[in-house]
Amino acid sequence: MTAVTAGPQKVDLHEAKGWRRTKNRIMTTLFVTSFVLVIIPLGFVLFTTIAKGASVISWQFLTSGPIPPNVSPASEGGMGPAVLGTIEITAVATALAVPLGILGAIYLNEYGGRGWLAAFLGFMSDVMTGVPSIVMGLFLFSIWVLHFGFSGFAGALALACLMLPIVIRSSYEMLRLVPDSLREGSYALGATKSRVTVTVVLPAAIGGIVSGALLAVARAAGETAPLLFTILTVTAANPNVFHGPNTSLPSQIFANASSPYVGAQDRGWGAALTLIAICFILMIAARIVTARFARYSH
Amino acid sequence: MEQFEQETVTNLPRAEPTTRQQVPLPGAAAPLSSEHVFDIRNTSVYYGSFRAVTDVSLTIYEHEITAFIGPSGCGKTTVLRSLNRMNDLVVGARVEGDIRYRGEPLYSKDVSPIAVRRRIGMVFQKPNPFPKSIYDNVAYGPRINGIHNKAKLNEIVERSLRQAALWDEVKDRLGKSGLSLSGGQAQRLCIARTLAVEPDVVLMDEPASALDPIATGAIEDLMQEIKQRYTIVIVTHNMQQATRVSDRTAFYSVLINPESDVRTGVLVEYAPTAQLFGDPHDDRTKAYVSGRMG
Repeated sequence: MTAVTAGPQKVDLHEAKGWRRTKNRIMTTLFVTSFVLVIIPLGFVLFTTIAKGASVISWQFLTSGPIPPNVSPASEGGMGPAVLGTIEITAVATALAVPLGILGAIYLNEYGGRGWLAAFLGFMSDVMTGVPSIVMGLFLFSIWVLHFGFSGFAGALALACLMLPIVIRSSYEMLRLVPDSLREGSYALGATKSRVTVTVVLPAAIGGIVSGALLAVARAAGETAPLLFTILTVTAANPNVFHGPNTSLPSQIFANASSPYVGAQDRGWGAALTLIAICFILMIAARIVTARFARYSH
Repeated sequence: MEQFEQETVTNLPRAEPTTRQQVPLPGAAAPLSSEHVFDIRNTSVYYGSFRAVTDVSLTIYEHEITAFIGPSGCGKTTVLRSLNRMNDLVVGARVEGDIRYRGEPLYSKDVSPIAVRRRIGMVFQKPNPFPKSIYDNVAYGPRINGIHNKAKLNEIVERSLRQAALWDEVKDRLGKSGLSLSGGQAQRLCIARTLAVEPDVVLMDEPASALDPIATGAIEDLMQEIKQRYTIVIVTHNMQQATRVSDRTAFYSVLINPESDVRTGVLVEYAPTAQLFGDPHDDRTKAYVSGRMG
């Protein structure tokens, strides 16, 4: 036999140089840079709000009321009425918009099929996403407030109108992701359409639906414009969401931040931090709930 | 051709011992009956204007395993799905002809597809367990039928999982997700789910095509065991599987219109399995079963 070269052939496992590698590096740099750019304003907002608002936050600030006049220093009084108002109004808006939105999405995806009505409703819902929030406030002012007066409920209606298209769109996308094989499996056992939808399709999509609904809730909790013409932004706490003027954190941020008094401005920062904290808590709570619902999905 | 099929179908020597002996079946103590479960006559299925399969006429007998074989696109799955009205769910699907289930016209106006599917279950090609616990997967069908008694449900779940030869593997983790099972286990779970409602007929659409030989063997053994209580129709690409498990085999083929290139499935031959594979009457069947694609 001919002489065999000593030892195994040497292989080069280094990454090959060239355009492929360069391209890969350019893209990686691009993605990292974009991420950092996105995170900067977010971090800045959070940092500023905490820096300026944390000092006013106390149990008294969160619970006591009425909200003091702008001239009083930050140590006096609290945002209790606004915290209460925000929770009331957002809760009512959620109770109105989330079930309705999910049912609407179920109609669009499960029942509407390719009919003209489903196509029309889907289109209108998308158009509604683009309606400016102040327009929604004025709309409710003209059809509700002029007849029944200012109330937290009027504000909740305006917020619900804003949330509805978001809930519909996000739930619809989640329902579309449920594979048809699951529906067929259920139909093959003799289930009716409503049974298939409630016991198989909805549970399979619930994680995404809750996430989507939550984004809508967080968006609504931070809205100011629709509340301007609907709740009147008073300083006293109003536990009755259905009757009489009310107040909310975003409205108070707006009112206090535009005041020339230092005490009011500090209260504005405190309210802003409180609002962010409420949304944050909501997000975490929803993650826990979602994980519980989705425990069989993997 | 038409004439010949009709003959094969109607003049079959029912319960003919030699036929059965040619297919050695483990535990084949099924009571022989000549009860017709399905009578399919001159049936065509359309998707919109596309005729997917045409001129199907055959009879499916009680407590037998009937296999549908043939090349891709020959319409065997389409025919199977028209037997429990699953094709109703496909937009534009339409069945022409006469399909009778135990004498009742299946596509009559006053027939509810829900009621049909409660008696005629289906196992799909890809295992499709629900994203629920193993227990809830099996209990799903009985709950639909209004059984909520805990003890009764426990009993049904255990019995169904035992029938599907899955009980020993999952009895300690019934609360785990159905999606946590392997492919073969998931398919047996789907079979258990179907058996839990005690259907009259089980339709199986290539139930083993995604499974390894061991899991396939388990499912084939299982079919032999349950056929004493159920009538089974199985679509398979695997001819060995058809010879192993089925009592009768229907061979479908594709007619290609040379001008328009439209492909339509047709039923070529329907006979006891041993005869179809051992002594096929049609040249196309002969070519297909001997491995020369026709």
